[in-house]
Amino acid sequence: MSDVEKTQTVSEEARPRLPRGVRLVHNEAQGGFVLLAPERVFKADAIAAEILKRCTGEATVAAIVDDLAKGFSAPRERVLTDVTKLLGSLADKRLLEL
Amino acid sequence: MLAPAEKLPTPLGLLAELTHRCPLGCPYCSNPLKLDPRADELDTATWARVFREAAALGVLQVHLSGGEPAARRDLVEITTAARAAGLYANLITSAVGLTGKTLDALADAGLDHVQISIQDSIEASADRIAGYDGAFARKRALAAQVVRLKLPLTVNAVVHRANIERVGDLVEMALALGAGRVEIAHVQYYGWALENRATLMPTPEQVKRAVGEVEKLRAKHHGRIVIDAVVPDYYAKYPKPCVGGWGRRSLNVTPAGRVLPCHAAESIPGLEFWSVRDHSLADIWASSPAFRAFRGTDWMQQPCASCPRRHEDFGGCRCQAFALTGDARATDPVCHLSPKHAIVEELAGVRKEAEYVYRR
Repeated sequence: MSDVEKTQTVSEEARPRLPRGVRLVHNEAQGGFVLLAPERVFKADAIAAEILKRCTGEATVAAIVDDLAKGFSAPRERVLTDVTKLLGSLADKRLLEL
Repeated sequence: MLAPAEKLPTPLGLLAELTHRCPLGCPYCSNPLKLDPRADELDTATWARVFREAAALGVLQVHLSGGEPAARRDLVEITTAARAAGLYANLITSAVGLTGKTLDALADAGLDHVQISIQDSIEASADRIAGYDGAFARKRALAAQVVRLKLPLTVNAVVHRANIERVGDLVEMALALGAGRVEIAHVQYYGWALENRATLMPTPEQVKRAVGEVEKLRAKHHGRIVIDAVVPDYYAKYPKPCVGGWGRRSLNVTPAGRVLPCHAAESIPGLEFWSVRDHSLADIWASSPAFRAFRGTDWMQQPCASCPRRHEDFGGCRCQAFALTGDARATDPVCHLSPKHAIVEELAGVRKEAEYVYRR
């Protein structure tokens, strides 16, 4: 199975958004942010939560990366790698629209 | 010094069985033989309280199920209450008896996701399995409306001897309907399904082909549709981690309000279930005898008690252990390490050609 798995390419111009039926919520009892999806629940770590909060369908990937790089004083290239990796894998699971 | 008490797990999901009423007669129905009558069903306000208590306990998702949940006239109010409590609301429906108008209202109420069961990819066969003429057409129409409303759709296809050779067609059908997810669910033999076990049981060759085909379909449709499928119980090497572990991830509320660790738990004699009419959900989760009975690993016997997998599959399914061995604390005999495993191999070989005993 894994030999054919490819992650979707994420362009910097894309405006990612969570589709209907996928919601990021904060839950005290579960200890942080969770991504709720059709019959699935994913724990979102602090970095994933920061990225997903910005996936509103308005900001481009480029703008999200700029914002995170600035806000967290991190090298843009590294942030871009992290963001495109997460967004690509979520799109594969149909948890994100690009 | 006293050892700290084991931390109580936080549940993720609540299966809300709103009613046992259902227009279909599926021979594989896993609901218990004795159904809760309509007169005993919880009212709207009680369900709303249960949802608030569930959310406070940490539950994230509620699965509105049955029976056919649309048999409840207050389904829209119930859905509104689930969302008001902050829960992710999932509707599990046969689509029969759910009108287009109600679906519109459910979407407006904030419903998050819809799962529709479809019995086969061929109309005549689908209607025959459901025991309901016209069900297939109704399901397709409702699925189309779900997609038009931009709600995410899962197609649930229960497979058994009569349709297992069409797993490929079932996945293609789900894709064509616009589903983002499809469940290939091999029949699990609980409740009513036990009446039809020999008629539903696939052959080992059919199972092998279906499992291989699903793997190919996953690769072919990667990124387009999520295919969830598990190896059918009677052909697995290890048992399933039933409900993610007893009293660990989920709870189930029956139409009349009894709270169960899994939806077949009442088949185990001697368990004491508490009702939401008498106790809060938090109290039931922590203290009801039924939830404590098989939580953790202390109740286990050998070979489970010393098995390195005991924290992964939790000894399998308690209901199946009881149904097949007469001892609810036994290793699920699906496990090849169970001393009673021969029972499963024998049952998997019992097949007969017969009319279905429909659930009426």
